Amino acid sequence: MELPRRNPVTRRWLALSPAIVVVSIFMILPMIILLVFSFMEADPYGGVDPGFTTEAYVQILYERDFDDLLIFDPVYLNIIGRSVLLALLATIGCLVLGLPVAYFIARQSSRTQSLLLYLITIPFWTNLLVRTYAWILLLSSDGVIEQPLKFLGVIDESLDMMYTNGAVAVGLIYSYLPLMVLPIYASLEKLDFRLIEAAHDLYADRFRVARYVIFPLAAPGIVAGCILVLVPSLGAFIAPDLLGGGKKLMLGSLIQVQFASARNWPFGSAVAICLLALVMMMLMYQARIASKRRRETGD
Amino acid sequence: MNPVINSNIAVSVRNISKHFGGGKELVKALDGVSIDISDNEFFTLLGPSGCGKTTLLRLIAGFELSTVGEIFLYDEEIENLPPHKRSINTVFQHYALFPHMTVEENVGFGLRMLNRDPTEIKRRSMETLELVKMDQFANRKPVQLSGGQQQRIALARALAPEPKVLLLDEPLSALDLKLRQAMRMELKNLQRETGITFIFVTHDQEEALTMSDRIAVMSAGKIQQVGGPMDIYERPINRFVADFIGDSNFLQAKIESVLDNQANCLLSDNFSICTSLVGTHPTGSTVTLAIRPEKIKLNDESTLRGDIQETVYLGTDTNYIIKLNDSTTITVRDQNGVTGDARYSKGQSVGLHIPDSSVRMLAD
Amino acid sequence: MAKKKIYKIGDYPGLTGWTVFFFAYLYMPMIVLVVYSFNESRRAQIWKGFSLDWYVKAFSNDDIQSAALNSLIVAVIATVFATVISTLAALALARGRQFRGQAAVTGLISLPLVVPEIATAVATLSFFAVIGFKLGLVSIIIAHTVFCIPFAFLPIRARLQGMDDAYEQAASDLYANDWQTFRYVTLPLMMPGVVAGAMLAFIISIDDFIITLMVSGAGSTTLPLYIYGMIRQGITPEVNVISTVMLVLSIIFITVYWFVSKKAEETG
Repeated sequence: MELPRRNPVTRRWLALSPAIVVVSIFMILPMIILLVFSFMEADPYGGVDPGFTTEAYVQILYERDFDDLLIFDPVYLNIIGRSVLLALLATIGCLVLGLPVAYFIARQSSRTQSLLLYLITIPFWTNLLVRTYAWILLLSSDGVIEQPLKFLGVIDESLDMMYTNGAVAVGLIYSYLPLMVLPIYASLEKLDFRLIEAAHDLYADRFRVARYVIFPLAAPGIVAGCILVLVPSLGAFIAPDLLGGGKKLMLGSLIQVQFASARNWPFGSAVAICLLALVMMMLMYQARIASKRRRETGD
Repeated sequence: MNPVINSNIAVSVRNISKHFGGGKELVKALDGVSIDISDNEFFTLLGPSGCGKTTLLRLIAGFELSTVGEIFLYDEEIENLPPHKRSINTVFQHYALFPHMTVEENVGFGLRMLNRDPTEIKRRSMETLELVKMDQFANRKPVQLSGGQQQRIALARALAPEPKVLLLDEPLSALDLKLRQAMRMELKNLQRETGITFIFVTHDQEEALTMSDRIAVMSAGKIQQVGGPMDIYERPINRFVADFIGDSNFLQAKIESVLDNQANCLLSDNFSICTSLVGTHPTGSTVTLAIRPEKIKLNDESTLRGDIQETVYLGTDTNYIIKLNDSTTITVRDQNGVTGDARYSKGQSVGLHIPDSSVRMLAD
Repeated sequence: MAKKKIYKIGDYPGLTGWTVFFFAYLYMPMIVLVVYSFNESRRAQIWKGFSLDWYVKAFSNDDIQSAALNSLIVAVIATVFATVISTLAALALARGRQFRGQAAVTGLISLPLVVPEIATAVATLSFFAVIGFKLGLVSIIIAHTVFCIPFAFLPIRARLQGMDDAYEQAASDLYANDWQTFRYVTLPLMMPGVVAGAMLAFIISIDDFIITLMVSGAGSTTLPLYIYGMIRQGITPEVNVISTVMLVLSIIFITVYWFVSKKAEETG
């Protein structure tokens, strides 16, 4: 008599184990270490010293004067505020730029659609550092934008576009624009065009069609796109560093500096944990919206 | 558990149940099914979607394991054998031709896996392709073929290893009507030529009636009736079978008297019908009689009368929806005259003649 | 003759213009970069005349060559690891029945996608500091393997999910055992997904900057790190040249990827 068939469960977990082990050891464990570090004392030469303290978190809001008194110091709060503001600005910018384009693409023939999607994904897969660097050529004094303006006599002096919040925002929008367009496109592409015809048939003009039919149906894509842009914008390093010139610090640069030149690992860890918490909250919000929508539409 | 040796039985399914899910979600796809399928038989599993016919086929093929029960292939229990150790091949519903292999490689795949000699594989593949008249397409890829051609390749691929039993899972459902009708005859001929037992799954009653030696009608995970095409059509055992195969009128009748297992039943207008007693209905009880619409004749002399409520033109025939005097409605199918005109019109009062032999008492 | 006004349903005024502007915004910086890589001037953003001098200079720079070699070593090894790990995981997740913990495992594998890169970077650095691991090419390879896993995983799983399991059933119906089914049917059919996944992993690894910056040590400078160093020292046309080369390589790579995945769609 033949043996009963081999248990596929063992084989499944065997195949999953390399991925689980690698991600657990090199991703989950480091996160835990980061959390632990944020409650330790800073070593002036980099790294951490043993001992439990909440000093790193206190430091985000307060400064200690010579008498060891806590004085409210908004310098880091300003950085967090600027990061959130710039990330929101970048998200709105991407949405305004990307939504009409996503709709435009979704309405093309499938050949054109695939060509346009290809054109949108190209910048996404090319080196972010290189792409951001290109903006220096454009924005700097006597750069590619200013030169012709000066030549034509539109401006006499430099516009000083570099090293401003605006420059950082432009860089951020540029960095993450494809991440906004693709999910919105994905939800619009599934949109049954007959719904738009039906709305027109029922006396809606094209703007009310947009308001009552297209936007609501694109909502899951819009939410996903916003999260996809907001999350990396918050922790962005390259755009603020190159286009903000280190003067317009954002969370990403603040964390990086603590682990590199400023050498306050616990403080850097604490800021990173705050960033992670912020991001997790946004992702949970998105997951809740997505599951609510799934329940409503019943897929 | 040593079954009686009976080499005439190709596949024996014994008390098979298959449950999916659990708790409140429990679905009984198969519920205590037993059938014996004879050697060299064209056997059809017929039923609506969700009746369990495909599940039964997949259990025989070995793609699923039953919850309880046993399956025998020529008296060998095969429940514990994986699909690749069963001498059973399947023609899949959407063919499942390997897209990365040529037609010949597809057809030769089974023999290659059985470690046959390469020259034999080649010879046998070409032979099988000739059998399905596809030998000139040996070097094509499946995407370069039409639906009907892919269907033939799928058939050839399943036949090439000369299995003991061939399973066909609604293989004609993806073809258009004309092609489907042509393939019916070809499948039937192929079965006779090869002498392989065919188990054919379909939801199409016409397909089942035209090709099969025997049919099992299934519903809700159970076998409702097994029999030859004529048995199934002329002598449906219950309401489901009578309703699923062809059209039927269901009339309530009262049993007046029973003599020699022949029951005398009364319909509207005290019209009496004599038919064999089925089941254990006592005298005086109400039973359901099934009558095919085309067996009722419109005849003005008859005492059973009704008014034509609606006429539906069907081309060759006309359907008359008639309301009897006791308010039940009955459908009568009557052939149109040479000019195509219907013989009666709406609102007319007609007499109906129901021959005794056309009536079937239902067990339920 | 008066022009008939056509009301096109679903069309909005200015939509085409907006799309043109959008693509101009997306591509102008890259075009400027390519054009200025042929600039003769020493100052990167001031156009003086056409020249290939900076290409010659960049290609003969030993530091650039060794940085490129480092990038290549890291990307190739990380890609191989990430692809093998992801293929196994995708097979386990996309084939066979659903199981408890499936969502959790999928979430775990996708984790590197959702955690901000800077957090991953400093967390990985802290981890290496705790275990006393010397920073260098090996630490970069480990870090790259981890964040390349989801990028390799997603196309492979998508391919497997799009593949009808009837092919595998047909193979086992035709006497192929589990290994033969995998070897002759599953593997060839999933191959376009594996290739696509590997290519994505490779390009993600080649492009990575911030994580590499944190976990690199002396002598393990990769190309993006080198470019960053040059930009910090002041922009010269040499930066434009390397940037252009990286840009063009990425575009070639992603174009090939595009065709591979399109072909995969057609055959699948």
